[in-house]
Amino acid sequence: MSVLAAVRADRRRGRSRALRVSIVLAVLVVLVAGVSLTLGAASVAPADVLAALVGRADRLTSFVILELRLPRLVAGALVGACLGLSGALIQSVARNPLASPDIIGITAAASATGSIALIWFGLTGLALSGVVLAGTLVAAALIYVLAWRNGVSGYRFVLVGIGIAAFCGGVVSYVLTRADITDVQQALVWITGSLNTVDPSALLVLAAGTAVLVPCALFVGRPLGALSLGDDLASGLGVRPERTRLAVVAVAVALAAIAVAVAGPVSFVAFLAAPIARRLLGRGSLALVPSALLGALILVVSDIAAQFAIPGVVLPVGVVTGIVGAPYLLWLLARTNSVGRGG
Amino acid sequence: MTSETSIPGATAELSARGLSLAYEGRMVVDGLDLDIPAGRVTAIVGPNACGKSTLLRGLSRLLTPASGAVLLDGADIHGLPTKRVAQRLGLLPQTPTAPDGITVADLVSRGRYPHQGWFRRWTQEDDEAVTEAMTATAIADLADRPVDELSGGQRQRVWIAMALAQRTDILLLDEPTTFLDISHQLEVLDLLLDLNAARGTTVVMVLHDLNLAARYAGHLVAMRSGTVVASGDPAAVVTADLVHEVFGVESVIVDDPVTGTPLVVPLGRHHSG
Repeated sequence: MSVLAAVRADRRRGRSRALRVSIVLAVLVVLVAGVSLTLGAASVAPADVLAALVGRADRLTSFVILELRLPRLVAGALVGACLGLSGALIQSVARNPLASPDIIGITAAASATGSIALIWFGLTGLALSGVVLAGTLVAAALIYVLAWRNGVSGYRFVLVGIGIAAFCGGVVSYVLTRADITDVQQALVWITGSLNTVDPSALLVLAAGTAVLVPCALFVGRPLGALSLGDDLASGLGVRPERTRLAVVAVAVALAAIAVAVAGPVSFVAFLAAPIARRLLGRGSLALVPSALLGALILVVSDIAAQFAIPGVVLPVGVVTGIVGAPYLLWLLARTNSVGRGG
Repeated sequence: MTSETSIPGATAELSARGLSLAYEGRMVVDGLDLDIPAGRVTAIVGPNACGKSTLLRGLSRLLTPASGAVLLDGADIHGLPTKRVAQRLGLLPQTPTAPDGITVADLVSRGRYPHQGWFRRWTQEDDEAVTEAMTATAIADLADRPVDELSGGQRQRVWIAMALAQRTDILLLDEPTTFLDISHQLEVLDLLLDLNAARGTTVVMVLHDLNLAARYAGHLVAMRSGTVVASGDPAAVVTADLVHEVFGVESVIVDDPVTGTPLVVPLGRHHSG
């Protein structure tokens, strides 16, 4: 085999693997979504679900599918996709698997602003989402500025982020301990991350935000392949490392922010999706699209489990993602500790 | 080995004028003037912390000068679009990182980044550049192997191939032979000389080993504490006085029995001739 052919074959292998993984993940998302639409207080047959989706079902079925289940499903899938993509972006600029929005205080800032907005000001729905969005962006800017010293290094970024997360955790505790018990109950469901009460207008904002931010992410993510070779080499290739990092972090934070503004700080989805997607692709791939698809898959599956795992109890979806994600965090910490590179 | 003949008054594509470079306020390179002769192999030598790697980072626009300028084809390199600089000037830093699991062909392909626009797809020319780079560095049969499984010498050739795929006229390398055993050091240096001979690529490398530098470089730049002490043809530059001035070491200079280039025999306290 000629060298040219070998080079081409290798590139094709990489691409076709990425394509295959993406297609399989997309099919899985659609399948799981289909299953989740049939499930509920009254189960609906798959044929009736399809009929409802194309507008040919009876009024009750249409109402159940289109008004009750579909918004929740779409919200779940979009929130998952945004978080998965956000995690993939931040982990790759920081070159550290710990650097995901749920570890470095982005989602913790959402909890803090969200609990203040809920309990002190009684905000809900779109207003709550707006306040959370603002709080998250402010926290992210703060992390970036505090971690800056002639550029942002992965480690400082993660450590400063963990500090911000701890501070936000303190704020949440303070707000909760001073509040009325019924408010606390409502706030806690939101803080855990839940799709139980998705506001339709907030869902619209999420959908529009996703439609804008996902192409942005793919666009600003282009130099990441070069940047993963180290700052010096990337500069030599004509990348501006700091500018790229700032742009990528900004888009990633916006993605995480619109997601948590709707569903609350669902834990570990952003943290889990990218490492799994990268393992599926191998070859040092960034796996941005597969990470988004995997995030959607994790969230939709987790939400099914949250709704139906314990009969009669609808858990916040964050409980399920937390149960799945925490062991991975422990494994990662144990492994990096024994390797001795802390990430 | 040195097949080059000295070209007097060779044009400089890359030069430094009154260049000062600082790290966090500490001046490392101070008011330095330097012309890199085009189409030649230049080695920058000097003791640890003399600023040679810093100079290389400055020449490759990785550091913004505290004062003075680096000129590429007569224009301030910091005023040029960074991607356009990357089409003229390639850089291999000392410790690049390979993403886990990346294949050789994929890594070498990343050298094509500066030639790709926002919407341009991978082209025939990209494929050819990658293939040529891999053939020149003798890593063609490793195309689909993961980089992390290779030996140190192979890995260094993969990095050089990546820089070659960039297809630049100027190639800057920061200690390309560090961490390599003697056979791989020679292999890498031979490869760079081949490149220079075959394509006229201007090679600038920071080297630790003065004797290898004197043998392989057509142009030698000796540095001490941020300034150029001497530069020119190694045969003229390398003298016992210079070695003492730059490295603070007594030495005897003999002719290399093979190449006739200067060979430095350093003298320690126990072996003082």
